[in-house]
Amino acid sequence: MNIETILIALDMMWKGMFGIFTVIILITLIVMLLTKISKDETDKEDI
Amino acid sequence: MDFLLSGIMAITWQQCVMYLVGGVLIYLAIQKGFEPSLLLPMGFGAILVNLPASGVINQTLAGIGETNGIIQWLFEVGIEASEALPILLFIGIGAMIDFGPLLSQPIMFLFGAAAQFGIFAAVLFAAFMGFDITDAASIGIIGAADGPTSILVSQMLNSKYVGAIAVAAYSYMALVPIIQPFAIKLVTTKKERQIKMPYNPKSVSKMTRILFPIIVTFIAGLVAPMSVALVGFLMFGNLIRECGVLESLSDAAQNMLANLITLLLGMTIAFSMRADVFVNIETVMIMAIGLLAFVFDTIGGVLFAKLINLFRKEKINPMIGAAGISAFPMSSRVVQKMALKEDPTNILIMHAAGANVSGQIASVVAGGMIMSLVANYIK
Repeated sequence: MNIETILIALDMMWKGMFGIFTVIILITLIVMLLTKISKDETDKEDI
Repeated sequence: MDFLLSGIMAITWQQCVMYLVGGVLIYLAIQKGFEPSLLLPMGFGAILVNLPASGVINQTLAGIGETNGIIQWLFEVGIEASEALPILLFIGIGAMIDFGPLLSQPIMFLFGAAAQFGIFAAVLFAAFMGFDITDAASIGIIGAADGPTSILVSQMLNSKYVGAIAVAAYSYMALVPIIQPFAIKLVTTKKERQIKMPYNPKSVSKMTRILFPIIVTFIAGLVAPMSVALVGFLMFGNLIRECGVLESLSDAAQNMLANLITLLLGMTIAFSMRADVFVNIETVMIMAIGLLAFVFDTIGGVLFAKLINLFRKEKINPMIGAAGISAFPMSSRVVQKMALKEDPTNILIMHAAGANVSGQIASVVAGGMIMSLVANYIK
């Protein structure tokens, strides 16, 4: 058991999860925006 | 008569273990129906590469010199030199995935991210067990619950344990219906498992479906550049599916390409299941850590759903979090089955499918993230 490797693994854990959540949250926000834009356009067409 | 017996006399006990491993994989594939398209070729390949002086791997013969073996050649060209086989398989996978259930309920994206926790928990376990950081990261990627990603990342990181990692990843993916219910019950109450969720999907326009793969590629590529090969090919396959003008290519990617590569990938990965590199204590440790990775993926997703429930009026069934792993569609089916067991009127399949396909994106992003982070630590 190497303490340095364990510390790297812990560092990797928070950085990795933070990175994945950053990518996923960005994608989520853009999808929400796209959905809203296309809904607004559909509503306009209906009017 | 010695020339007839030389093969039998050359068999080692380690090779006998590998014949047994090969036999078990073939049994699981045929009799139990566990990931047969991968486990059967891997099982048969494990027997092929472990026959003494096997002609499927390179050999040096007295008086003749070096002879080339087909499985070693496939491994060196298709995986070692270019990672072409797992990457090309992503085109087929992308063409198979309908992101509709996810795009119509974007909150499900978050569970895909949360359920990658097992990867990093497994890296930590592997570090505790004495593996160096590149091997620990390669072992951790078993938690992506995604065979091609596990093969690609462990190969790119030059791990010595590609074979054991691939066997663990595919075996545990096949065992999701056994592993996940156990892990879900560990962290949920019966009352939580009975939570009903109304399904009111937002309509998804064709424009959104077409722009989605392009946007995902951009974002993932800019934040985690190492994930471009994985995410890019996955999303390229999905773009072919959704564009509406390439139906024959979409069909070819979903069927011919995916089947052909799956057929070759299983046999090819068997090269790393040679007795001299596979039969050791590390393989047993990798199998144990891989199991923990799947358990912690599930727990991570479930606990994240509980956390979100603290801030929401309309509660989410925490089991949805467990469906955030990449094993599609097994994981969403497991969640639906458990929901029906607790309450026969509870339909969660569309929510679970949304989280499940999010897991497919998050797992390849995680693969890229792991490679980028390891590259930073070892430079």
